[in-house]
Amino acid sequence: MGNLLEHMGIERDRIHFSWISSAEATKFVDVVKEISKKVRALGPNKKLVKDYN
Amino acid sequence: MDTCIQKIREIAFQLLDKKEVEKVIGFSNGTIPMATSPITIASKQDTEKLVFNSTCGLNLANYIRQQKGKIAVIAKGCDSRNIVTHIIENQVKRDQIYIIGVPCKGMINKSKIKALFEDDILKFTEDGDTLIVESSSKKEKLNKKEYLRDNCRLCQHRNPVIYDVLAGEPVEEQVLDVPYPDVEKIAALDADARWLHFQELTKNCIRCYACRNACPLCYCPTCFVDESGPQWVGKGQDKTDVNTFHFLRAFHCAGRCTDCGACAEACPMDINVRDFTRKLNKDAFDMFGWEAGLDQTKRPPLDAYSPDDPNDFIK
Repeated sequence: MGNLLEHMGIERDRIHFSWISSAEATKFVDVVKEISKKVRALGPNKKLVKDYN
Repeated sequence: MDTCIQKIREIAFQLLDKKEVEKVIGFSNGTIPMATSPITIASKQDTEKLVFNSTCGLNLANYIRQQKGKIAVIAKGCDSRNIVTHIIENQVKRDQIYIIGVPCKGMINKSKIKALFEDDILKFTEDGDTLIVESSSKKEKLNKKEYLRDNCRLCQHRNPVIYDVLAGEPVEEQVLDVPYPDVEKIAALDADARWLHFQELTKNCIRCYACRNACPLCYCPTCFVDESGPQWVGKGQDKTDVNTFHFLRAFHCAGRCTDCGACAEACPMDINVRDFTRKLNKDAFDMFGWEAGLDQTKRPPLDAYSPDDPNDFIK
């Protein structure tokens, strides 16, 4: 799915997959930190955004 | 290919005569030249209506679900692979269908031929690999090979993979060094150019869903685009909704698509929706060595777990 999005021109780093158990709080924190770091680096998404105005 | 129609009619006649099948699903002439439409025949007198030529671009595997009794269906290479997919997905039982296999040399790109004429095409006939197309102003003799659909040009499974009887001699399979040149061409662009490519591709989409309806894989009782609670995607022609529809529909076909080209064939706006599905076909092949519909005994890659599955995308 990530590959097809990338093929369409949507940055690969905007979609992340992980498997985290409810007991793995630290892993959850780490993954979310990494996701926000990568997405922040990409800046706001302009593609596949619906304009309601 | 034009000679095999006699054989198809003969087989259909015998099957209906001996009451071995209730119905035969095949192609008949459409209302305009260079068009054929699917037809269901239940009486042996009607077998004369069956035709088979290079304009039979739709996929008849789309019509074999939820039929009562035994039915016969005419299947090209790609159609036969969709029948296998149907068997794997429990949509039909193998013993419920009688498959009349047709080795196929490809179907023609009708838009490309129409573009040669300024006026309407009045007559279309073919003689071996020559297409003879006439309008009121001119008559053209065309080499079929130059007017094949893109998916047929890149087809590596022209002979049916599953059949009860063959209506013609098997044809030579193509072996391609680069099976996905179209996908690679898009992949070579940068991200913004790729995005632009798909924006341009879908900009004329009128959301008629002909691609979905022609697709043998799209048999969900309620398609996600038609659901209202929750409503997954907007129903208008907003470009984001259009793209979401095409993206998700393609993804639902991941590891199942046989690149039969029925979606692009059915599209009234000539959108090559295969640009979406081809990428997934390539991925399925690169990551899982999988081509859909070749083996009844194997589960599709997205349906089965294997320790060898690529999993570096997951954190």
